[in-house]
Amino acid sequence: MNPEPNKNNQKLVMGNEAVAMGAIAAGCDFFAGYPITPATEILEEMSKMLPPRGGVFLQMEDELSAIAAVIGAAWGGSISMTATSGPGFSLMQENLGYASITQTPCVVVDCQRGGPSTGLPKLASQGDVMQARFGSHGDRPTLVITASSVNDCYESTVFAFKMSQKHRMPVILLIDGVIGHIREPVELPPAPPPRKATFPKIDADSPRFGDAPFVPFGHGPVTVVTGLAHQSNGLAETQKGSHTEQMIRTTIENICRDPEIIDSWALKYQLDDADVAIVAYGITARSAREAADLLRADGIKAGLLDLKILWPFPNEILRELAGKVAAIIVPELNLGQMVLPLKAAVGGRVVVHSLNRADGTLLTPNDIAEFAAKQLNSIEERTHA
Amino acid sequence: MPKLGLNIDKYLRTQVLPTVWCPGCGNGNIVEGLATAFSRMEVDPTRVVVVGGIGCSGRTPFYVQTNAMHTTHGRALAYATGLKMAQPDLTVVVTAGDGDALAIGGNHFIHAARRNIDLTVLLYNNGIYGMTGGQRGPTTPFGSRTTTSLAGNIERTFDTVEIAMAAGATYVARTTTFDMQEIPLRIQEAMAHPGFAVVEILTQCPTYYGSLNQLGDASDMLIWQRDLTDGVPVKMLNREELLGPLRTGVFRNEKVTEFTQAYSDLCSQVGGNYGHN
Repeated sequence: MNPEPNKNNQKLVMGNEAVAMGAIAAGCDFFAGYPITPATEILEEMSKMLPPRGGVFLQMEDELSAIAAVIGAAWGGSISMTATSGPGFSLMQENLGYASITQTPCVVVDCQRGGPSTGLPKLASQGDVMQARFGSHGDRPTLVITASSVNDCYESTVFAFKMSQKHRMPVILLIDGVIGHIREPVELPPAPPPRKATFPKIDADSPRFGDAPFVPFGHGPVTVVTGLAHQSNGLAETQKGSHTEQMIRTTIENICRDPEIIDSWALKYQLDDADVAIVAYGITARSAREAADLLRADGIKAGLLDLKILWPFPNEILRELAGKVAAIIVPELNLGQMVLPLKAAVGGRVVVHSLNRADGTLLTPNDIAEFAAKQLNSIEERTHA
Repeated sequence: MPKLGLNIDKYLRTQVLPTVWCPGCGNGNIVEGLATAFSRMEVDPTRVVVVGGIGCSGRTPFYVQTNAMHTTHGRALAYATGLKMAQPDLTVVVTAGDGDALAIGGNHFIHAARRNIDLTVLLYNNGIYGMTGGQRGPTTPFGSRTTTSLAGNIERTFDTVEIAMAAGATYVARTTTFDMQEIPLRIQEAMAHPGFAVVEILTQCPTYYGSLNQLGDASDMLIWQRDLTDGVPVKMLNREELLGPLRTGVFRNEKVTEFTQAYSDLCSQVGGNYGHN
């Protein structure tokens, strides 16, 4: 029996609040952050929710120390998280690389604002999608998740924590100033009681890195952690980086093969018979869904591929899509970022049109539908010429 | 180490020796002091984490047989703060150089001191960036030669003790690698102190600071350190006396509410139980 949704149980919740609620639901018991628009509500919510649960809330002196404290806390056995926006996310990049090379599970939320620099603090942007992948120096595995509704904010946060522990890596949740601040009626489960994280038992000789499970300090034998290239026992190895390269390659392979990632990579909407596909993510996917409906109402068979995980990029899904549609439209609140891996994935087998806006204004359903219709007309004109 | 009457090998990660440090570097004396303090206090190595930053001093965690966290440049104290808050019954010792703790990580140093979180900081002050080959740092003495101040350093010098005290550290001491017997004593006091404890240790860098400033070899530099400091340990000095930058001894040892305790009290007030694992 599926009970009818009971509107009485629904509450008006802000996206940033839903992120905090999702974190608590996922067992997060440590938050360190620094105030920044438009992510501040996550910090405020965590400051209210954690102390009554015996969890740790720390307001640090900057974002450099916020992410550092989060990584330190993970090694202290906490399920830890921070949240920020573009300027703070830029400051976190070096220590994000440290979390990667030390295979530290943690979650970083970037509630994007317009950039560069201080930019457009209160307005929406999708300008950090490349930074989320390539912002820290060197190569590393990345898992970057998006959300396009308040309910998504909750569920994507829960998923981010789960994946960070499963693959022992930092996971990034990318939202934006509008999703962070929008209020929607949602029904979310009550917070579970506080629980302490548990870790597997290991011996002094057990490997600590690579395929080994994550065991924090104080939960087993003495462990060495370093941001230098290291062997699986943790000891630095700076004359050759083969262990570290292998760790990075293996993590990337494991993510790409994980059925939970594959199932969550992208949502398909009206794509079965589509001639044109809109590929969008985050707040823009929301407009794009309605744009697909508008186009269908005008007799154009349009559909949407809503990317829920941006990195690793779903190359296979795009390759398959390229064989089915005549055109792909990529609307983004930046000057054309995710369109780059998309073009690489489809390899010229389908026309790709980029629709970009980076002035802090959202792309509306009409903007996307009109742009798509115009591009299709010009394809038709060329075909009949 | 027969002269101290203790076997400190148990607290040394002997399989990674020798260290990366140059012959004559004072950092080995500090590691010996740290292992001696651990040995005298009979610490459980699984309950201790030594957190290092980047630079010569930051390598210390590799050489002591406890948990080790070698972090990023300047951020050791921020990592240590998260770690200590996550598991307050761990003993957390931070090793940082003058550049690490007072230049790139200066902000974290003053804020960790302000919180009075129960961390022991061993601040290795050699007055120069050793790992990168001898550049000027925030504690390089005025007029000194480094590879980025060959004509003499024109920048004024930080006084670690003054900064630590102004920022709110509740245990503050200074010693030197000349004072070999004093190093473990100060480390023991700092570790036993419930709050933010800073031990500045002047340490010689004969490779860069010594050679660029014609101070001779390591033993000459130890004598130089002895002569620079007055050799009279201080208990408490008045403010004017404190302005002499190279006094040694204990400058402050005060009990003030410690941060993890304050946080635990805060949780209790709102019905939470701040877990001690």
